[in-house]
Amino acid sequence: MTQRIGATPAALVAGVVLTAALALVSVFVGVADVTPGSLLRGGPDSEAALLLAASRLPRTIALVLAGAASAIAGLIMQMLVRNRFVEPGTTGTTEAAALGLLVVTVSAPGLPLTGKMAVAIGFALVGTALFLLLLRRVPVRSVILVPLVGIMLGSVIGAVTTFFAYRLDLFQTLDTWLTGDFSGVLRGRYELLWVAFAATVAAWVAADRLTVAGLGRDFTTNLGMHYGRLLALGVTVVATVASVVVVTVGAIPFLGLIVPNIVSLVLGDNARRAIPWVAVAGAAFVLACDLIGRVVRYPYEIPLGVVVGVVGAAVFLYLLLRSSERAH
Amino acid sequence: MPTDTLSRAIPGKASHIRRHRVRLQILALTGVAVLLVTAYLFTDVTGSWEYVVQLRTRKLAAMLLVAVAVATATVLFQTVTENRILTPAIMGLDALYLLIQTMVVYLFGASALAVTDPVLQWTVEIVVMVLFATALFRWIFTGVGRSIHLLVLVGVLFGVFFRSVTHLLQRMIDPAEFAVLQDAFFASFSVEERLLGLSAVTITLAAAALLLIGRQLDVLVLGRAHAIGLGVHHRQLVAIVFALVSVLVAVSTALVGPITFLGLIVANLAYHLIGSHRHRHTIPAAILLAVIFLVGGHLLLERVFDLGTVLAVVIDFVGGIFFIILVTRKGTR
Repeated sequence: MTQRIGATPAALVAGVVLTAALALVSVFVGVADVTPGSLLRGGPDSEAALLLAASRLPRTIALVLAGAASAIAGLIMQMLVRNRFVEPGTTGTTEAAALGLLVVTVSAPGLPLTGKMAVAIGFALVGTALFLLLLRRVPVRSVILVPLVGIMLGSVIGAVTTFFAYRLDLFQTLDTWLTGDFSGVLRGRYELLWVAFAATVAAWVAADRLTVAGLGRDFTTNLGMHYGRLLALGVTVVATVASVVVVTVGAIPFLGLIVPNIVSLVLGDNARRAIPWVAVAGAAFVLACDLIGRVVRYPYEIPLGVVVGVVGAAVFLYLLLRSSERAH
Repeated sequence: MPTDTLSRAIPGKASHIRRHRVRLQILALTGVAVLLVTAYLFTDVTGSWEYVVQLRTRKLAAMLLVAVAVATATVLFQTVTENRILTPAIMGLDALYLLIQTMVVYLFGASALAVTDPVLQWTVEIVVMVLFATALFRWIFTGVGRSIHLLVLVGVLFGVFFRSVTHLLQRMIDPAEFAVLQDAFFASFSVEERLLGLSAVTITLAAAALLLIGRQLDVLVLGRAHAIGLGVHHRQLVAIVFALVSVLVAVSTALVGPITFLGLIVANLAYHLIGSHRHRHTIPAAILLAVIFLVGGHLLLERVFDLGTVLAVVIDFVGGIFFIILVTRKGTR
């Protein structure tokens, strides 16, 4: 029942409208007075308009991009590994990106942001590839082992990062990187997120083929597709999205885990149908969490990563317990 | 495998040989542990002999207590959950500890950590952690149905939840105070004497409780159905073991801070080396291995590499790799 209702285009339009409404609210919430009224009164050169263009709009756009891209990266990871409980945060990808960022910060502090990002993406690619290599040796059906191996790989990489950060007195800096925070997003500071967005659009186009790749090398080859290339595409998208998000705004925990799971609970398992929903729900979830973070301790802010961690853990717990109750 | 052939022919004789072999192995482990402990205490002493040895004895006592607590807790936890890749540390207890520390600094300032009576702090930490752990384990195992997957995921989720709240508080702490807090994030073995005493008493009590249920534990290894068939009060026994595990983990974490992977390494190495499922053998072997790891690790880090208090990070590194090897090797078999 719910599946048919959820799958209609009308429902998707409703979802997009809801997300747009959240985005609109997000633009007008903040310490400085930016309201539709003040914009109309002040005209295009007023302080409110300036603030809107330099800070509010970039922030909202960044939230939408990062939310949609992270959620889809999670979905792709889940398709590739055929496991519900993985996302870049539980496969070592995010940790590897952070290690790359640390390495480049220490060894070449003068490098421009794109250069730093390239290094982070390189590290994330290696980290994700390592995870996939390890998985070949793990029985795929073992639902719990797959995420556990990823979490362990992440903690090994994380230990290396922590070790050097601690020695170099960069521990708090590291912590700042790793907590998703949009309060510093200004015009000129977020545009690289469009790269993440482009990567997810590529994944969207290839969604069906990526699902097939998740079924294994033999199966994919039998259908006349190039397994290695598909795998490389999927891994590149995931690594790119994770690195870009970590470098520009910090890691957002859970997002790639929860959103695809909720969508599949409602819609069932059809990747192509799920992808737009995952993107919309990811954006909406991040917008909502950011709003909570901005309002709860007004006029101060709570970083998005923290709100997502708290809300996400609660939502995920609910999902887990509900589905396990149903099973009994 | 001569012992295997023998065991089919003359069971009594074979088990005798195997028991003999296990005894030899434990003896060898004891030898290595004693050797390392002696080396730790008495080599490379500069300055006042008495002072240095006294300082080291205290650190050593902390390491030994932690070795006993962590190794025992992990072996028990794995027995009850019938799973060898789990450790109580994955269940969010470490994160809870960090949260408590951070909360103290946030609410009362960094000086609070220094000023508050350590015994009081220790007691509060232990009570909170034990309450949380027992509640979590009981709830999952009795209320929702007995699913290991669920237990692990819920534990990991609680870990993320605690870590998120910890991050939140850290964001609001000023950097100078953060530096004080940072030390609490890494296991440190310089502990006050009163806490050592308290921990020793608690761990001894837990060990005494273990001795009382020791034989039933070996039956648990056979799995839930078999255990019940053999007349074990499964639910009650599991509840007792979970309570013991919570106490042991809480004591060790409150004493020195989080050491996530130590238990995982030593428990699995112990099974591997000993080849016996009797807790009478696996628990002592795991404890000895933990002593070897902790004392040997400190020797290496402090004396050879001159690195100080980052042993926990190194154990995370080695332990993570060990875990991955363990899982992937099992997969190919």
